[in-house]
Amino acid sequence: MSLWQKLPYVVLALVLAASLAANWLAPAGYARQYREATDAPPSHAHWLGTDELGRDRFSRVLYGTRISLLLAPAAALLSTLLAALIGGLAGYLGGMWARMAMAVTDLFLSLPWLFLLITARALMPLNVSPLVSVMVTFLLLGFLGWTTAARVLCASAGTLRTADFVRQARAAGLPGLRLFWVHVVPNLKPVLYAQFWISIPVFILSEANLGILGLGVAEPMPSWGSLLKELEGLVSVGEEPWKFVPLILLVVVVTSFQSLLSRQEEVAA
Amino acid sequence: MKWHIRNSERSACWQAIAITAICLALAAQATAQGGGELRFCLRAEPKTFHPLKVDDDASAAIRYLTGGVLVRVNRQTQQLEPGLAVSWKISKDGREISFRLRSGVTFSDGTPFSAEDVAYTIQQLMDPALHSPTGDAFRSGPGNVETKVLSPTQISIRFPAQVAGLDRLFDQVAILSQHSPKKEMAVLGPFLVADYTPGATVLLQRNPNYWKTDDRGRKLPYLDSIRLDIQPNRDVEMLRFKRGELDLINSLDSTYFDKLAETSPQLVHDAGPSLDSEQLWFNEVAKAPIPGYKKNWFHSANFRRAILEAINREDLARVVFHGHAQAAAGPFSPANLFWFNSRLKPLAYSADAALKALQSDGFRLENGTLKDKDGNAVVFSIATNSGNKARESMAVLIQDDLQRIGIHVNVVTLDFPSLIERMMETFDYEAILLGLTNVDLDPNGEMNVWLSSSQNHQWNPQQKAPETAWEAEIDRLMRVQASSSDGNKRKEAFDRVQEIVVEEEPFIFLVNKNALSAVATTVHGAAPVILSPQTFWNAERLTVSPK
Repeated sequence: MSLWQKLPYVVLALVLAASLAANWLAPAGYARQYREATDAPPSHAHWLGTDELGRDRFSRVLYGTRISLLLAPAAALLSTLLAALIGGLAGYLGGMWARMAMAVTDLFLSLPWLFLLITARALMPLNVSPLVSVMVTFLLLGFLGWTTAARVLCASAGTLRTADFVRQARAAGLPGLRLFWVHVVPNLKPVLYAQFWISIPVFILSEANLGILGLGVAEPMPSWGSLLKELEGLVSVGEEPWKFVPLILLVVVVTSFQSLLSRQEEVAA
Repeated sequence: MKWHIRNSERSACWQAIAITAICLALAAQATAQGGGELRFCLRAEPKTFHPLKVDDDASAAIRYLTGGVLVRVNRQTQQLEPGLAVSWKISKDGREISFRLRSGVTFSDGTPFSAEDVAYTIQQLMDPALHSPTGDAFRSGPGNVETKVLSPTQISIRFPAQVAGLDRLFDQVAILSQHSPKKEMAVLGPFLVADYTPGATVLLQRNPNYWKTDDRGRKLPYLDSIRLDIQPNRDVEMLRFKRGELDLINSLDSTYFDKLAETSPQLVHDAGPSLDSEQLWFNEVAKAPIPGYKKNWFHSANFRRAILEAINREDLARVVFHGHAQAAAGPFSPANLFWFNSRLKPLAYSADAALKALQSDGFRLENGTLKDKDGNAVVFSIATNSGNKARESMAVLIQDDLQRIGIHVNVVTLDFPSLIERMMETFDYEAILLGLTNVDLDPNGEMNVWLSSSQNHQWNPQQKAPETAWEAEIDRLMRVQASSSDGNKRKEAFDRVQEIVVEEEPFIFLVNKNALSAVATTVHGAAPVILSPQTFWNAERLTVSPK
């Protein structure tokens, strides 16, 4: 493996390690407000400056990375598993099952999610601690985000259903579920991986948007989503470039994930 | 005599002639252009052009610029001035007002203006079928409003019950024409609606028949036209202002104000504290679906005052509004020169004093958590509307302040309809942080807030009978001030209302925001004030020089 190929692993390992070591690396707690130094530029005390409430941005990036980097993949895993189960099985079974599953998927895709989320928020109690709000947010994302992946997986599984090796296995008398598990699922892996990685940045950004409905990660807890919100209203890139660090981090992490995916596809091929 | 001109002198002479010619050409152009075109943004689509149906800021701006009113509140002096009425008189019982009208005035389409138009406007205003929000302020009691046209320039209007501050209410009543075929589009104000492209622009043009002249006898308005671009995005509005595509921003938030002040301090204006306030209140509704022990906290004036004392409002003003706000002293802002109770001073921040006050009520601090006498941890949520950055920031600062005395606050941002539903219908909330926009200087404009039977008595609305003695006293005092035509008596009663509110803190008034605006240097005659419309209140006297 060349150095270039190792780079994504190194980047992800470094980012993950830094976020997990936030308690030791961060110069301040994520909620600590330095009210005399609000919206300050980078300095020795605050490497990435402070936000508009005087909170150390570097500390918030570290803690926010931990939350987003652990919970967005968890939500992506949940949604991909649901997609594999619904879309993969539907595609494998084909016929009426596939049509029914895709009708349900289409129905889900056509639902006005904004209003459903508002209803979900209305049903939830207001007095929820920030930690619970984080869990609820990513669980919701996981349960709601499976539809697009399910369509892709249904199509892929449908192709596999008529593949020669599957026909051969079926002719050999392999039971349906075992055939699905042993022969179809392993061949769906590249698609599953792709859907998994694609979902991560989508969920990170969705989390930021959910904040509008009172469903995102609650203050004072940081997340990449809430950190990206700082960029709202920024008129020029050159004005305060340090505010772009969360965005750059998001791009770097997502790109690293994508590189890993490409590498795995190459290996699989 | 012979003129001897050297080459250099000849050249200088030609230059002088050329400069004079250019100046004359520019002057001629300026004269041809009149006062130029003023351009600014409306933040939303105007819902109506009918002046009596106005219920939103965009429509109100158009009404202000196009509508002719009998009397006008001078936004700078806060005093009432003659408009279409040259004089007026209110009867001793406060039920009747008589106007003597200006003669020789015509609507924008040439239709003559007379007392009959005023009578027609009042009839329309009070017509229940029209549902006029402006008319609501005049509905003082059951019965009809009687208008008596005494002559083409004299009219008296009699209301079924006394209307306090009656004359000032006419500042909002744009007079309609009874006979014009153009209906409400025939106006008496300085401008008329010339063109409207939904979602894009409203173009106002000078009303050629406007009655007003300046001190030198020149016809007003000076401006040829006003172009109102419909632009809800404040970033875009700011960018366009910076590019010189807009001439003013009527209401700026403190972040934009500071950014603009850094590069162009001559463009920004801070007119000082406005009438608007930001406040926090606890749910005191008996049927609210919240635990009983929390209701006990929220019903305690001592608890509410301790919360106020534990919030560093100077920091709210400094951090969130970048110093363009002041800690609020009470329900009325000091900007309201007559009605503000100057004896009231903002309660100073003291976390220690707040904790002591709570301890005297049986609360105790255990391992960094405040607990009530039954051992319940003091935890509550503060809800505010999402998308309002200032309120979200205030909530987070309050969360941090209260954490210092062991109170755990969960900040929740909700979309506005959900928040209103919880606030007005389900009462499923613990505390709410919102703002109160005050457009009326007179306390009568807040009757719907302070009367315990009112729907906007937010902490405990629509009470059948006042549930507390102090609310009963506020009800009484508000009625006293509303039913008196004696200004001093009214002031005395409302001063006491303000004192009771400060003693009981049903609303925890946080800050009064400053009125911030931006005006391009090409606009002449602008004098931003705290009352709405801050920057174009004297639009008829503004001019815009060519870029």
